[in-house]
Amino acid sequence: MPTAIYIILIPLLPLAGFLLLGLLGRKYFHQSSGIIGTLLLLVSTVLALYVAYGYFMDYGKMNGVYQKLIPFNFTWLEFSPGMSIDMGIILDPISVMMLVVVTFISLMVHIYSLEYMKGEERFPVYYSFLGLFTFSMLGLVISSNIFQMYFFWELVGVSSFLLIGFYYDKPSAVAACKKAFIVTRFADLGFLIGILVLSYYSGTLDFNTLIQRLTSPESNEFKNAVAASFLGLSAITWGVVLVFIGGAGKSAMFPLHIWLPDAMEGPTPVSALIHAATMVVAGVFLVARLFPVFAISAPQALNLVGYVGAVSAFIAAIIACTQTDIKRVLAYSTMSQIGYMMFALGVSKYGGEEGLGYTASMFHLFTHAMFKALLFLGAGAVIHSVHSNEMKDMGGLRKYMPITHITFLIACLAIAGIPPFAGFFSKEEILLAAFQHNPAIYWVALLTSALTAFYMFRLYFNIFWSKASSLQKVELEAHNTHGEGGFLMMMPLILLAFGAAVAGFIPFGRFISSDGTSLESRFHLQFSIAPVVLSLIGTFTALAFYKNKNSKPDKIAASLNGLYRAAYHKFYIDELYLFITKKILFNLIGRPIAWIDKNIVDGLMNAIGNTTRFVAELIKGFQSGKVQQYAIYFLMGAIGLVALFVYVLK
Amino acid sequence: MEPGLYHLLFISAGLFFIGVFGFLTRRNLISMLMSIELILNSVNLNFIAFNKYLWPNKLDGLFFSIFVIAIAAAEAAVAIAIIINLYRSHRSIDVAKVQEMKN
Repeated sequence: MPTAIYIILIPLLPLAGFLLLGLLGRKYFHQSSGIIGTLLLLVSTVLALYVAYGYFMDYGKMNGVYQKLIPFNFTWLEFSPGMSIDMGIILDPISVMMLVVVTFISLMVHIYSLEYMKGEERFPVYYSFLGLFTFSMLGLVISSNIFQMYFFWELVGVSSFLLIGFYYDKPSAVAACKKAFIVTRFADLGFLIGILVLSYYSGTLDFNTLIQRLTSPESNEFKNAVAASFLGLSAITWGVVLVFIGGAGKSAMFPLHIWLPDAMEGPTPVSALIHAATMVVAGVFLVARLFPVFAISAPQALNLVGYVGAVSAFIAAIIACTQTDIKRVLAYSTMSQIGYMMFALGVSKYGGEEGLGYTASMFHLFTHAMFKALLFLGAGAVIHSVHSNEMKDMGGLRKYMPITHITFLIACLAIAGIPPFAGFFSKEEILLAAFQHNPAIYWVALLTSALTAFYMFRLYFNIFWSKASSLQKVELEAHNTHGEGGFLMMMPLILLAFGAAVAGFIPFGRFISSDGTSLESRFHLQFSIAPVVLSLIGTFTALAFYKNKNSKPDKIAASLNGLYRAAYHKFYIDELYLFITKKILFNLIGRPIAWIDKNIVDGLMNAIGNTTRFVAELIKGFQSGKVQQYAIYFLMGAIGLVALFVYVLK
Repeated sequence: MEPGLYHLLFISAGLFFIGVFGFLTRRNLISMLMSIELILNSVNLNFIAFNKYLWPNKLDGLFFSIFVIAIAAAEAAVAIAIIINLYRSHRSIDVAKVQEMKN
């Protein structure tokens, strides 16, 4: 067993950074805040790697099965015996993997930001927010209790809100951070209700006990939960569907994805950290954490996960083909790739070979974190030198930024699924899992992988090839003094590119599988032909369209007029939301409630006030200030009393 | 005709209502004070009349009326002090002009 103190330190060091820089940063550490944050995270990363090494190589395995270890548990709030909110640490393959991913990506972003954010006035605030985010994400992945996870889940939401709205003097950033917070918060309501349903029927909040009780058909809790049905679905199914709604909100699944593209208003390294590599996979992680419950007790819910994932992957890929803001293209590609992870979970079964989708999903999560962080950081370098997010302001940049160019190319190859880069292996497993269990999703996924290759290379050629306009060139030459960024910006790119290139060779099934046993992934040559060929077709189409500026893309866009416009406007989903909230919710619910508030609630108060004033008007004449009038009242009163006592109460 | 209790009570009631009338109609504070004295004296007269005709062997009514006279003297002293102060600040002892506490 590992010493718990090491593992506790992993999330606590970023928290210490947050507190230190947040409270004292502005006064004492204005220059050194970046270094402090980065060093603290470096220690965390080293500890995480140490824990991962120990877990996977040494103490994690017992009788050939990876155990769920709980090295630390502290009962925080006990409702009744067995039902308590604990603060604990769970070590199992996925949480250990996420520890490594989160600390590593976060470290890369910390290093990168040292240069990217240099000269920013609120530099210490930025690093303290990064620390808060890293702390909450690490806390989320090691939560041993579903309520503990919910806490960290909300903390992640808050830190994401803070970081998206970092440039708070920009109205669009303010709108984006509010949108992200409200949409995910709305989804988290589902998560909370789901927690209540699951914990009510299982009688516990602890993950291990909950999973164990809700998956074994002999247990009383399971029988009760299955017996309690609503609209034909069992309580377990409802519980996990509600939990999945929370996950879908955080992971930007259709139709709760609208916040993700707007979240690109934050600083680019933040997008790399939060909205590409770590936070948005929290939903996938949540489903994976409760995977046995989904797979064994609620197959309908798992199907829902699969279809939502597939639809999101496909729609996002189409939208990504039409966007012109490079960060938005990357945002939609993130959504699409997370869709892949979701439907990989959705088509999976529990245990053994059938659990391939689970392994594939976690594998893709791992590789995606590498290449998507790389893409965002590369895009950040491009934006840093061009000072624009729009594709039309770029072009021909490969001469000016060679390292960015090469690393970006590697990332594109990886995400497009070209062998032997990381994305190829993980995507291959996902497609295989889909092929075995759900052909409909398989075909959608195949089509999506071609689209993925197309839009990624569209981005790549538009940025690095396609001629720059002469004006642009002059500006670039002038800018070339600071080039593509110094060592601190390039080092993370190179490290991540290395990861994106070789991460695929990790025999992932051996470490992570749905039931903890080892799963040997086999390589099916003939199966890989179709996706690779489709990816290559996508790539070459992009090459033909965008390598040099020509009119072909415009012509095609014109011929697909309606579809193109719909995709360009993101299928009007934002407008639909606005319509529902502004027109329907405001008019049908908001207005009547406002009317009740104004007329009935306020009216009641006004009526009380008015009555008082009216009575006061009536009787204020009595208090005239004239002594003699008072004497008359007194006299009348005395006579009245005498009359009362003499004639009435005798 | 020997004067009896009723005659005295009539006089006392007359004095009382004269006092009340004066108190309610006079604007001059000193006149109002005098009206109050009239009312007090009508009460004194009542006490003494009842004492004499109902319990001739007791002195309670007489004592009461002496108390009332003493208190009336104190009251007159206080009231005149108030009136003097009022005159100093308002240059008037007209009760209708002293209404600042209103509103």
